[in-house]
Amino acid sequence: MKNLLSPRSTLGIVLIAAALIALPFVVGMAGQAWVRILNFAILYIFLALGLNIVVGFAGLLDLGYIAFYAVGAYTWALLASPHFGLHWPIWAILPVGALLACFFGVLLGSPTLKLRGDYLAIVTLGFGEIVRIFMNNLNAPINITNGPQGITLIDPVKFGDFSFATRSEFFGVTLTGPYKYYYLLVALAILIVIVNLRLQDSRIGRAWQAIREDEIAAKAVGINTRNVKLLAFAMGASFGGIAGGIFAAMQGFVSPESFSLIESIMVLAMVVLGGMGHIPGVILGAILLTFLPEMARYAVTPAQVALFGKVLIDPESLRMLLFGLALVLVMRFKPSGLWPSPERSRELAEKTAGVAK
Amino acid sequence: MSEVLLEARSVAKHFGGVKALQDVSLSIRQGEVYGLIGPNGAGKTTFFNCMTGLYVPDGGGFTFAGAPLQADAPQRAAERGIARTFQNIRLFGNMTALENVMVGRHVRTKASVFGAIFRDPKTRAEEAAIRQRALDLLHYVDIADRADDLAKNLSYGDQRRLEIARALATEPKLLCLDEPAAGMNATETEELRVLIEGIRKDGTTVLLIEHDVKLVMGLCDRVAVLEYGALLIEDVPAIVQKDQRVIEAYLGA
Repeated sequence: MKNLLSPRSTLGIVLIAAALIALPFVVGMAGQAWVRILNFAILYIFLALGLNIVVGFAGLLDLGYIAFYAVGAYTWALLASPHFGLHWPIWAILPVGALLACFFGVLLGSPTLKLRGDYLAIVTLGFGEIVRIFMNNLNAPINITNGPQGITLIDPVKFGDFSFATRSEFFGVTLTGPYKYYYLLVALAILIVIVNLRLQDSRIGRAWQAIREDEIAAKAVGINTRNVKLLAFAMGASFGGIAGGIFAAMQGFVSPESFSLIESIMVLAMVVLGGMGHIPGVILGAILLTFLPEMARYAVTPAQVALFGKVLIDPESLRMLLFGLALVLVMRFKPSGLWPSPERSRELAEKTAGVAK
Repeated sequence: MSEVLLEARSVAKHFGGVKALQDVSLSIRQGEVYGLIGPNGAGKTTFFNCMTGLYVPDGGGFTFAGAPLQADAPQRAAERGIARTFQNIRLFGNMTALENVMVGRHVRTKASVFGAIFRDPKTRAEEAAIRQRALDLLHYVDIADRADDLAKNLSYGDQRRLEIARALATEPKLLCLDEPAAGMNATETEELRVLIEGIRKDGTTVLLIEHDVKLVMGLCDRVAVLEYGALLIEDVPAIVQKDQRVIEAYLGA
């Protein structure tokens, strides 16, 4: 912690803070839609960091992670909307959402403790789908989730009378909803990053990594692999739950189709592409994979018109095609991710040096 | 004679029709280096795995430090004070040497998730102690200069040493080494011998599975010989070396 206070790093922190404060205004010049996309990028950072605990640290391949996001989102939706007529405050809902997601994490974790790799991936994939299908069908006989129509008119994040959904003025600057949410999200993101960094560099974090590296050796040095794995599932899930709650409040609407398998895969891709187990890499992955597809959405049609004079390929398919191609290329040329942990990149550098000799 | 630390009573283990261990009874005394030898496939590693909880024995049992050893979970064996290394080295490859040893402290420390997140003074003190102890152990096995290297990038001999340091980090009463000299040259083996002598002198009992007969006979206070899963003899090296059955089975005249 001491080196954080050196003049150089203080300057660094000030610069980063200034950049974070200015960012929505820069992005906002291209339209308020981009501020919303920015907010989604931060939500995906939450998700990717949560999944990173399970996949990156503990090495447990989880393809159903979005289920915890869904649990968090529906918790918020049910406790703060006209659907049940409940309007709980944020400080009550977020912990409930996180705890509920945590509970589901343990629920998923306990029967899968002995599974690894592909087998675990299949089971978690099934779990993700089960949760989504439940959300889709829990409208009869008792209407809990309102089925495929989803839940509307969800309360925004509010602290007392201060709502994040409406426009308000600070020191002469008028901020609309997305801007205000941005600052809330950044504050939460900083908190979550700190929690992740601390977890990684702790007794528990090392135990997770030990299980990832060699489960038998981890047992032999006395790690209770069952409890430690469950803890990874629970912690990862609770981050998903918090992200889900904010998502529901920000959108004002949730429906099961937001929690499909492709979302799980996207979050996993962020973790893998960024650099599994390396927090800055995972953040980078989340930002890139949120922005690139959106940018492609805006670029694909004009580019086709410019090149061929008309739209030849459906922009949506072309967008996903390019996206897929980018993923394949990254995995081919940067197999440990765009920004892997320093140990890993050093090791790659050593290997290359060895080849050069 | 000093007291018995570990006692095995009629331990049996079979895999399908193969009787890997039958009726093996032996006792390891406090403070000695105890050698377990035998031809390949004699059941040495199986015995090890039964003792450290990786396998559940089909018969018999163990008493460790005066109480029965629940042999169903490896982490419990480690808690009780049995640490081991593996014949085919099992390190945490993508963690640094220092982190590997720090993981070894897990079983003797307590910090929870909340401690990790809030970093209260108690957790910070514990963390500092973990780091210090791990560094000391790296010095002890003489690889402190490799502390920040990934375990998988260490040389073979250093990996063996790191595995011993990690095992020692759990504060074992009994340290079990599974063929630690395998693949080592004469110099490395000699260095290993010095290290094991040091460990014994510092009060840890050592169980040594080894093929290097010279090392075993020179180092061990007592030796047991396994053949086809059964115990041939358990005695001091001088007597074991002269035993006709052992010579036929293993030492090869």
